[in-house]
Amino acid sequence: MADLHHMTVAELSAGLKKKDFSAVEVATRFLARMGGNPHHAFLDIHSEVTLAQALASDEKIANGTAGPLEGVPIAHKDIFVTKDFVTTAGSKMLKDYRSPFDATVVTKLREAGMVNLGKLNCDEFAMGSANENSAYGAVTNPWDATRIPGGSSGGSAAAVAARLTPAATGTDTGGSIRQPAAFCGITGIKPTYGRASRYGMVAFASSLDQAGPMARSAEDCAMLLSAMCGPDLDRDSTSLNVANEDFSRLLAVPAGDKPLATAGKEGGALKIGVPREWLGSGSQVEFDGHAPARRSEGTDKEIQRRMEETLTLYQSLGADIVQVSLPQAHLCIPVYYIVCAAEASSNLSRFDGVKFGHRAKNFTDLADMYEKTRSEGFGDEVKRRIMIGSYVLSHGYYDAYYLQAQKIRRMIADDFQTAFAQCDVIAGPVAPTTAWQLGDKAADPLANYLADIFTLPASLAGLPCMSIPVGLDDICMPVGMQLIGNYLQEASLLNVAHRFQQVTAFHHA
Amino acid sequence: MSLTPQDIQRLAQLSRLQFEPEAADRLLGQLNGFFDIVEQMRAVDTTSVVPMAHPVDAMHGLSQVIADTDEHGITLRLREDVVSEANQREANQRSAPAVERGLFLVPKVIE
Repeated sequence: MADLHHMTVAELSAGLKKKDFSAVEVATRFLARMGGNPHHAFLDIHSEVTLAQALASDEKIANGTAGPLEGVPIAHKDIFVTKDFVTTAGSKMLKDYRSPFDATVVTKLREAGMVNLGKLNCDEFAMGSANENSAYGAVTNPWDATRIPGGSSGGSAAAVAARLTPAATGTDTGGSIRQPAAFCGITGIKPTYGRASRYGMVAFASSLDQAGPMARSAEDCAMLLSAMCGPDLDRDSTSLNVANEDFSRLLAVPAGDKPLATAGKEGGALKIGVPREWLGSGSQVEFDGHAPARRSEGTDKEIQRRMEETLTLYQSLGADIVQVSLPQAHLCIPVYYIVCAAEASSNLSRFDGVKFGHRAKNFTDLADMYEKTRSEGFGDEVKRRIMIGSYVLSHGYYDAYYLQAQKIRRMIADDFQTAFAQCDVIAGPVAPTTAWQLGDKAADPLANYLADIFTLPASLAGLPCMSIPVGLDDICMPVGMQLIGNYLQEASLLNVAHRFQQVTAFHHA
Repeated sequence: MSLTPQDIQRLAQLSRLQFEPEAADRLLGQLNGFFDIVEQMRAVDTTSVVPMAHPVDAMHGLSQVIADTDEHGITLRLREDVVSEANQREANQRSAPAVERGLFLVPKVIE
């Protein structure tokens, strides 16, 4: 029997059901590994809460009332509010904050039987690409502790990669699940916007924020996603009124001689679209007989190579690689940072030192209390985005910035639909580089924004998308590949990822 | 077009934030750097493009599986304006900075 902490969610779940080991044994193992808080991944741990949940799970397993993931541990990004653990959102503003309720995603995963190991470090209010914007200190990458784990779900990615938890929740506003998953060599999926309830997720940019699972494999992510999603109509006005699915149902489809025939459409080989703007010249991959595309500017050669190798492998599994185009995708950085800043400046106006959170000690009057409270409680990146948001929403600038960004957002979403007329899934890099050194971009906010170039388009469109590990670069840091599906096509997307993971071992590293 | 130190002061006031002079200078440079890359976006011809405020708005083709559609397309749902939660005043005020007799305390506003 493999060590408990090396087991996947699927293996742990099966072993618990067969009573090979107990939920308390599993929880105890992970709590022991979390001792000393490796990689500074956790922000709050209460072993007595975790063990009580594990004990309750063991009782359910014993009396035959176990949920689908009964007794399997998970840890939550500190963006999800929890009654039993402090929720800070990585901000000094919410130091020691205790929510009176649990986020819907937290409740659903507990109802499925999962045991909560604690709360995971993240960028303040999920704003960041390196986890260096946490008010409680940076997270380090388990592959190289001098490097960042990615962000904003950096604690989630590091904890899964370091086997501190078999699974974690993350949130993805502009790439915050996919990019840290890629940088830490794990698998993560952001479902279609509206699949998972935002109730109890500390709000950053409401038209973009979406929860998703981070784990070792597509198989695990499918099980977790099935437990997380579903309509929450009375509590989230953007929750899709679409019946929940068993996202594992297509994992093994189709068998036999068409291993990669698309699960969603009748017959034929899976068509993987590669945006010509994203993969470069000199490519070894033949795009449907067409001329090779222009190399994406600034993307690391090692990442280009891993992409090409991965696409070649998909071809050998029977997939067709076709060239598609996302002509407006390069505008995603200004569009995204205007939209998210506008929404953030509105969402974060609730932090005024009155109803909850930090309040300044010294002030002269009410307005001064608001200003001192917010100036003390927010970090630099959060303040920058609030300022940008105030500007693009202000009188005289709204049309030129915010409205223009919303129009180009539509053009980017339309580009995807044009592309999906020619392919089943879209593949590309997750980021232009692998994980960088701690501090490298800390003083340069724009450099962080530019690193989001490949994850922002799918976020703006609200499409389901994921990251799977596809190898290492020349200094042995993990490389992720991004897969993007059309709306509500998560099960097919997970099938495509799973078929790859059936014939490769990168996700076991 | 560049932001000026006066713009920073005005935006700080709108944002209910205060900045030390050094921090305001640094911020001015950073925001101007950001708005430099915004320029490429402003040049795009978006005549007749309908703004997209929300991803659900792009899911028109899926209207058969997403409820809450009418002749205007997909509309975000509003729930009935009825009491749905039990009174949890104590739990809700547990994290408040200053509370007295169930009320949130703020500095004196009216003399």
